[in-house]
Amino acid sequence: MEASVRRVRRARQAASGRPVRNGSHLGCPAFSGKGHRLAFTKFDGVDLSEDSGVPATSACARDAPGRDAVSLEQPSTVVSGIDGADDAEDPAVAESMLDRRTRAHARVHALRGAGLLAALGVLVLCILLSIAVGAKSIPLPTVWDALWNFDGSYDHSVIFELRLPRTVLGVFVGAALGLAGALMQALTRNPLAEPGIFGVNSGAAAAVVVAIFVFGLTSPGAYVWFAFAGAGIAAVVVYALGSRGRSGATPVRLALAGAALAAVLQGFVYSVIVFNEFVFDQIRFWQVGSLAGRDLDVFLKVWPFLAVGIVIALLLGPALNTIALGEDLAAALGARINHTRVLTALAIVLLCGSATAAAGPIWFVGLTIPHVARAIVGPDQRWVLPYSAVLAAVLLTGADTLGRIVVANGELEVGIVTALVGAPLFIALVRRTRMAQL
Amino acid sequence: MTTAPPRPHPWTGSAPPPARGARLAFSARRLRIAAVYGTLLAATTAVFAVSLMVGDYAIALPDVLLALTGEGKRLDVFFVQGVRLPRAWTAVLVGVALGIAGGVFQSLSRNPLGSPDIIGFTGGASTAAVATILVFGGTMTQVSIGAVIGGIATAGLVYLLALKKGVQGYRLILVGIGINALLLAVRDYLMTRADLTEAVAAQVWMIGSLHGRGWGEVIAVAIGVGVLGPAVLALGQRLRLMEMGDDTAHALGVPVQTTQVTALILASALTGAAIAVSGPIGFIALAAPQLARRLARTTGTPIFGAGLMGALLLVTADLVGQRALAPAQLPVGAVTAVIGGSYLIWLLYREWRTGRA
Repeated sequence: MEASVRRVRRARQAASGRPVRNGSHLGCPAFSGKGHRLAFTKFDGVDLSEDSGVPATSACARDAPGRDAVSLEQPSTVVSGIDGADDAEDPAVAESMLDRRTRAHARVHALRGAGLLAALGVLVLCILLSIAVGAKSIPLPTVWDALWNFDGSYDHSVIFELRLPRTVLGVFVGAALGLAGALMQALTRNPLAEPGIFGVNSGAAAAVVVAIFVFGLTSPGAYVWFAFAGAGIAAVVVYALGSRGRSGATPVRLALAGAALAAVLQGFVYSVIVFNEFVFDQIRFWQVGSLAGRDLDVFLKVWPFLAVGIVIALLLGPALNTIALGEDLAAALGARINHTRVLTALAIVLLCGSATAAAGPIWFVGLTIPHVARAIVGPDQRWVLPYSAVLAAVLLTGADTLGRIVVANGELEVGIVTALVGAPLFIALVRRTRMAQL
Repeated sequence: MTTAPPRPHPWTGSAPPPARGARLAFSARRLRIAAVYGTLLAATTAVFAVSLMVGDYAIALPDVLLALTGEGKRLDVFFVQGVRLPRAWTAVLVGVALGIAGGVFQSLSRNPLGSPDIIGFTGGASTAAVATILVFGGTMTQVSIGAVIGGIATAGLVYLLALKKGVQGYRLILVGIGINALLLAVRDYLMTRADLTEAVAAQVWMIGSLHGRGWGEVIAVAIGVGVLGPAVLALGQRLRLMEMGDDTAHALGVPVQTTQVTALILASALTGAAIAVSGPIGFIALAAPQLARRLARTTGTPIFGAGLMGALLLVTADLVGQRALAPAQLPVGAVTAVIGGSYLIWLLYREWRTGRA
């Protein structure tokens, strides 16, 4: 069957006037530049690759060395199961099969695109609600009205000065945490990895302790640069320790280096707060994670980092798909592993550093949302990353809104509500679905 | 074993067994493991002895030995037998318990980040303890009991929630993460709403301390380690086989499900015994197995070595905590994190520099 598929492809290439690309040593186009499409086929039986990737997958699987070859074989058995073995040698049948599969892929992608749009719709609803709900609730039409023509009334000032900055911050912080978590898990290929493993949270906490203890600062706005610097320095140290000699960072070493540095910094924080009740009193509120009391100023400080981080993260999908194949196979495909790793690490630092600086450490989102995204779309990073971003933003803005209404006076911090609301949902999902593994 | 094998195992980070010259390498490895364990034991004994000697009231070694037999000056006997000896023993036993439990969890989850947290044990214990302190204003004994009950209840809940035609390891971990997050949120809520003084007390308990631990605690944790420790070590062979994957282990005749459940229960009980007397001392469960493996260069998770390493780490950390900022006393949990973390960082750095990794 595979032989016939290759014949079809050559015939097509010949017909389209393109040269038959057989120069690469494995002899199939997917290995000469489109390798990333292979990445997800090995996980979920449903083959998602586009036109040229499909036959290449089955054809190259036999040549690919080691353990990955076995799992890559899966799509080809699916194919022969559908079409039967006896007529597989007929080029016409093989071609129609190819077309059918191409249409199937287009359908899957369209379905996922629609899902993403639906999630975005939910996000917009969450944003509007988060602007409308609060100590003084404002009807949704007024909110809508205020967004497009501001008339300076009291309601409109509340919206623009208090609610909107907080909501926008929530959306960005949520998206950043979701993306950072997905990147972290893809980079370390460890389902327990979360942005905090890079030492980001503890680095930021240690820096904030220094800010309070040494400089006597007490407002979230004043912590921002300290937290950001602490997170950045910690992440750089962890990445340097996690890499080994000549090659880049490896998953296990990264995880260990991160845990070790986090422990040291945590020990420092503990030592200070045991002796200094004032610092403890400040830090116990900071480390819950909250969007309360953040004005536009905080957002204006961090948004460039957030935006750059989000763009880099969303562009990394294909490269991360290749990395998921394993180091050796990815290198054989010509992927620039270290390049990708460094970029991923940079994105994580930008995203979590600024998110933590703005809202404090919120660890649940980054850890669990990528699992949810993978449960919905499978392990294809091109979809996992945007889904993670949108779902995390929904969770964070929703939780922030909920935190304002569940308690009669005052509010629940967003870090607490995310876990209280998100954890039962997460567990229900874990029980119902077969989770896509990394 | 003088030349390191070329490729580390991708998941455990350990060296693969040598293919040729296996017998020679095997005996050399046994020798190395024995040497490492011997050194760990000697170091623990040495630190143990020093921790009996030093303090605000220093006692010379001969006087310590005399006091141990019940003779010598009455003040010496009081400090050595009544204060320092039980504290040092508590440190050793809690260290052993946490080290072994960490080894089991890492071995079961095949993940260096696997720790009692992943089945929610620590989260349950600390939330229950904080609730006991902040909501009910309980005494230390009640807090300990509350912590153990909370931990066991949470571990059971996680296991039940993950149960669905048998427990799949990956689902267990994810459910554990979820429950842990839920409980920590409750704990954080209590912490931010509490009165400052009470919150400080709860925080100190959560960091973990050995301050003022007496013979009662030693006996409690000694029974735990004495009964559960050998039981876990007896499972060691099966756990090593299971590190190769459930299917392989099953094919080799290991009853995977039974071993998994038994090991989880034993390791949780060990953690419970440790947490009850000292609070949730962080990082030992994570660091001890990794350090022991890196020193002994074993292929699997060395559970016995993890116990020894845990003891050494905790005794040392407690000594440093008592003396570093004397007369101020640092809680041992803060010091463990700093010492264990720095040591692990140094090991990683050395591997990085020599290009071994």
